[in-house]
Amino acid sequence: MNRKIGVYICHCGGNISDYVDVEKVKQAVVNDDGVFLAKTTMFACGDANQKEMVEDIRNNGLDGVIVASCSPKLHLLTFRAVSERAGLNKYNYVHANIREQVSWAHSDNKAGATDKAIQIVKSAIAKVRLAEPLMPFRFPAVKAVAIAGGGISGMRAALGLSDMGCPVYLIEKSPFFGGRTSQWDVLYTSGQTGGQMVSELYGELLKRENVKLLTGAEIISGSGNIGDFKLKVRVTPRYVPENCNGDKLNESIAACPVELPDEFNFNLTKRKAIYRNHPGQFPQTAVIDMTSCTRCGECEKICPEIDLSQEEEIIDINAGSVLVATGFDPYTPADGEFGYGLSDRVITLPEFKRLIELNDSGLVHKGRRVRKIAYIYCVGSRQPEGDNKYCSRYCCTSVIHSAIQAKKKFGDITGYHFTRGIRTYGKQELLYAESLKGGEIYLQSYEDDPPVVEVNENSLKVRINDILTGIREVSVEPDLVVLVTGMVPRADNSVGALFKLPKGRDSFFNEIHMKLRPVETVIDGIIICGACQGPKNITESVNSALSAAVKSFSLVNRGELEMEPIVATIDEETCEWCGACYEACPFDAIRKTVKGTREIAEINNSVCKGCGICLPVCPVDAIELTAYSNREIESMIDALAGSYPIMTTK
Amino acid sequence: MPGPATKSARILVFSTEKISDPAIDMAGLLKLHYPPTVYTIAVPCSAGIKPRWILHAYEKGFDGVFIAADGTDCSYGDSCTDRTGRLVYQTHELMKQKNIEPARLRMAAICSICSESFVKQIKSFNEYLLRNSIN
Repeated sequence: MNRKIGVYICHCGGNISDYVDVEKVKQAVVNDDGVFLAKTTMFACGDANQKEMVEDIRNNGLDGVIVASCSPKLHLLTFRAVSERAGLNKYNYVHANIREQVSWAHSDNKAGATDKAIQIVKSAIAKVRLAEPLMPFRFPAVKAVAIAGGGISGMRAALGLSDMGCPVYLIEKSPFFGGRTSQWDVLYTSGQTGGQMVSELYGELLKRENVKLLTGAEIISGSGNIGDFKLKVRVTPRYVPENCNGDKLNESIAACPVELPDEFNFNLTKRKAIYRNHPGQFPQTAVIDMTSCTRCGECEKICPEIDLSQEEEIIDINAGSVLVATGFDPYTPADGEFGYGLSDRVITLPEFKRLIELNDSGLVHKGRRVRKIAYIYCVGSRQPEGDNKYCSRYCCTSVIHSAIQAKKKFGDITGYHFTRGIRTYGKQELLYAESLKGGEIYLQSYEDDPPVVEVNENSLKVRINDILTGIREVSVEPDLVVLVTGMVPRADNSVGALFKLPKGRDSFFNEIHMKLRPVETVIDGIIICGACQGPKNITESVNSALSAAVKSFSLVNRGELEMEPIVATIDEETCEWCGACYEACPFDAIRKTVKGTREIAEINNSVCKGCGICLPVCPVDAIELTAYSNREIESMIDALAGSYPIMTTK
Repeated sequence: MPGPATKSARILVFSTEKISDPAIDMAGLLKLHYPPTVYTIAVPCSAGIKPRWILHAYEKGFDGVFIAADGTDCSYGDSCTDRTGRLVYQTHELMKQKNIEPARLRMAAICSICSESFVKQIKSFNEYLLRNSIN
C-alpha cells in the first residue's frame, strides 16, 4: 500500500483549467488518505515541471505519483520516464485523463467537469495506493528479421534492415521476387516501370551479405516468441540450373507438352510447365512448376543439366522478429457482376494493364480491335452490401493512368469512365486533370443506382443514370468493358493463420492502432506492412515497409527485449482446473500443471498478452490480471461512485 | 460535495485501451458533449471484464454500466465480440438474481473512431436510465 503519493494537476495552458477548477480539484484530494502532496501546474509535460517532479519524488521519498492531464496515449510514457529518472518504479505511476474525457468533453458544464475531474483523480489515487513495483520482463533477442513476402514492401523492408546492419531472411513463396509491382508497366508519378523498380531493389539486395534470399520458400511452421521465433521453411527447388539458358532453354520450353494459363498475365496468355521469368521478375532463371509437370523428360533431353530429381529442402530460421508483407489479391468479380464471365470482352483492371503491355501497334483483345472502352469503377470496393465496404484507394488513379497510357500508346482510344466520384487524392489529382484535358468522358452514379452492362451476342452496352447531367440516362456501346477492381486480402492466409494474426472488419491484417501504432500487431514481434494490412499504392506500401523495418529493428537491435509485465496470474489455492481458461485463451498461454496432488492452470508469461480474456470465464474467480486486479478495479469504482447522492433505479 | 447542475444518471463505462478509449478521447477532442456523470475505466480487452466488477458498480450506486466493446477491431482476435456478448449475458443472469434490471447493463462495439456513436449511445442510455428512475 503506497502512502506517500504525489498528485500533479495540469492546467494544460487553459485546455483544462478553462473548464475545470484545478485548484478545487487539488483541495478536494490533498487530504485524501496517502496523499503527501498535491500541486497544480501550468504544463505538467514541460521541462520545469518534470524536474520539479523528479525533485519531489527524490526529496520526499514518494512511492506513488499521479499526473492528471491529457490522454495517457500522449504522455503516459513521458511521466513513467520521469518516475524512473527519480528512482521510482514506473509502474507506481498512474495517469488520470482530465482533458479529453473531462474538460473538452464537458466544456458545456464547468461544475460537472470539475466534479468529474475530482472523482477521476480520486480513482487514480485509489489505484496508485495499490500499485506495486513491477519489473518489465527482460529476455534475449536474436538479431535477425524474417520477412514473409518478396514483393515491393518485403524487398524494401529487407534493404532498410540490411542498411541498419540487421541480418534478414527474405522469404518468397513464388519462384520470383517482385510481387504485383513486377506486373505493372509504367508507374505514376516516377515514370519507371514496375519491373525497373524491382530490378533496382533486387540488384541492391544481391550486394548485401547480410540478406538471405529464398524463393519457392514457404513458412510451414512457426514457434517461439518475440526475440526468438523459430521458423521452418520449405524450399522448393527450381530444377533448372542457371547454365541452362539461351537457345537451349528456349528449345526445352518449346518441347514441354504442358500448357497452362499464365497467372502473371492474369490468364491472358499461356505458359509451359517449364518457364522463364517475365522481365520484372527475379532471379532471372527458369523454373519448373512441379504441380503441373508430368515428368515426361522432354526438357531434360534438350538440356541435360535440368535435374528433375532435386528434392525440396526444409531449413530452420531463427529470428527475433517476423515482418509480414504478403500483399493482396485483386478482386475477382462474381459471375455476371457487370457482365463479367458472360462476355470475354468484360475484363478487370489488372487484366487491362497487362493487355496494354502485351500489345504493340494497336489495342487488340481476343482478335478484335479496341477503340472505345467503358471503365466501371468501384467493382469490389465501396460495396453497399457485402464485405468490401472499404475504398481500395489505388484504383481511381491506376485506371486513369492506364487509360492515359493506352491513349498514348495506341492513339485512337476513347474512354468512358463510369464512376462513383473520383478519388485521385494528393498529387494524383494532376493525372485526373490530364485525363480530362485529353478528352476522356466522366460519368457518375449513386451507389444504389450503379451502371448496367448489357451483354448482347455481338455487342456490349453500358447504361448509367448520370448525376453529373441531372440523372440523364446515358449509354455507350464499347468494344471493351474494364471493371476497375480493388484489392482484397490474399486468399492464401497461411502466414496469418500460422501466427494467429488478427484481422480487421475488412479481413486484412489488423494493426494495433491505425495512426499511433500502424505496423505493430498484438502478437509481439510480428510486424505487418504493405497491402496485407489494407489497400495501399506502391508509395504507401514502401512508406509502411520502411516504418516496419525500423520497428522490427528496434525490437532486435539491442539483443535484449523488455515487455510490459501485464500478465494473468493464477491463485493456486483456488484454481480447480476446469479448462475454461485454457479454452478461452486465444494465444495458447495457459496449460495444465500439477501442484502436489492437484491439477491447476499455469500461465506462460512469455506468451500471455495480458488481454484478460481468461478472467471472466473462471468459475471460481481464480485468475487476476496484473494492474487490473479485483482490488484495484473495485477500489477505482468505489472512488468514482463516491460523491453523488444515490439515485435509485429500478 | 455538490452534484452536477443538470440531473443525469451515473454511468460507468468500461472502455478498452487500444480501441474504444481512443474513440472516447476523440469525442472530447471534437467537443461532443455527454453527461459528466459518465466515468471510464479502461481495460485491455472488453472480453476480460469480470461480471463481479459490474455488479460492484451497481452496489456502489452507479445507475448503469456501459461496455464500450472492441467489436471486430479487437487486436486480440475476432472472438472478442462473442466473448463480450457472453459475459454480458452471464452478468444479466446474475443481475436478475439480485433484482437488478438487466437493461441497466448495455454493450456496444465502439471502434477507435466511433466517437459520435459512443456519444449517441451514452445519451440514449442516460435518457433510458432517467426515464426509469424511481426518485
